[in-house]
Amino acid sequence: MPVTTIAGRQVHVDAEGFLTEYDEWDESLAPVLAKAIGIELTDRHMEVVRFLRKDYLDQKETATTRRVQAVGGIPVKEQFTLFPAKPGKKMAYIAGLPKPKGCV
Amino acid sequence: MSDETFIAPDFGSDEPTGRKLAIICSKGNLDMAYPGLILGNAALGEGVQVDLFFTFWGFDMIMTERADDMAFSPAGNAAMRLPVGNLRMPQSLAPAPGMTALATRMLKRSIADIGVPTVPEFLDQIVASGGRLWACRMSADMFHVDKEDLRDDVEAIISASDFIEMTEGAQLLFI
Repeated sequence: MPVTTIAGRQVHVDAEGFLTEYDEWDESLAPVLAKAIGIELTDRHMEVVRFLRKDYLDQKETATTRRVQAVGGIPVKEQFTLFPAKPGKKMAYIAGLPKPKGCV
Repeated sequence: MSDETFIAPDFGSDEPTGRKLAIICSKGNLDMAYPGLILGNAALGEGVQVDLFFTFWGFDMIMTERADDMAFSPAGNAAMRLPVGNLRMPQSLAPAPGMTALATRMLKRSIADIGVPTVPEFLDQIVASGGRLWACRMSADMFHVDKEDLRDDVEAIISASDFIEMTEGAQLLFI
């Protein structure tokens, strides 16, 4: 697993650049990761990110856009505005989680 | 922290990718409603423009009174297994009274168990993700259905040639 330095910190990432270790992420990394994919983080983005982090602990997998709406309460349409074009992957990346595996 | 040189995933641009997917939904059996919904939804999540065209029995998917009442029958489905063991369901049982209702209940439960939405909710999600729904003119005429019978978010009732024209360059799935 490659190791890279993000915000002066060593983190493990997969071949695409997604963080692989849950505990190597904290909220100070989120804006840095977001900026790297062209997103300026707002409080609303962070609500999604915090939901994803918490849900991952419970479920052991990354929530899909549907789950972020159904359980997290953030509408799919808004997710597409916050994380344009590819919301599922982008929000997972910023939250330091693997890409969602679910089909729906 | 000025110079971040780490490798971030390449998600492409935020603009539409130019990739387009056109899905023709022609079936009204519950099990055949899902392939188009799942693939369309997945494509939207990858930044692909998606247009769904509902025709013939696929009309039930966008009819407000029918979309939540689609059914599944084991008749003619040789792959159908009994819920216990690995036994093929005898086709002679398929036409038995109540079998369609039973099989439909079972399928709906299996779908709900894995967190997949019902047909109307799935279409809500597709529209919220930017997908567009179109109804077939000929089917509307044939079934004596007009716009009031359809979901509000159906863009329009259009002809087959309109759909072909608007999906120029798209990849096409016929289901």
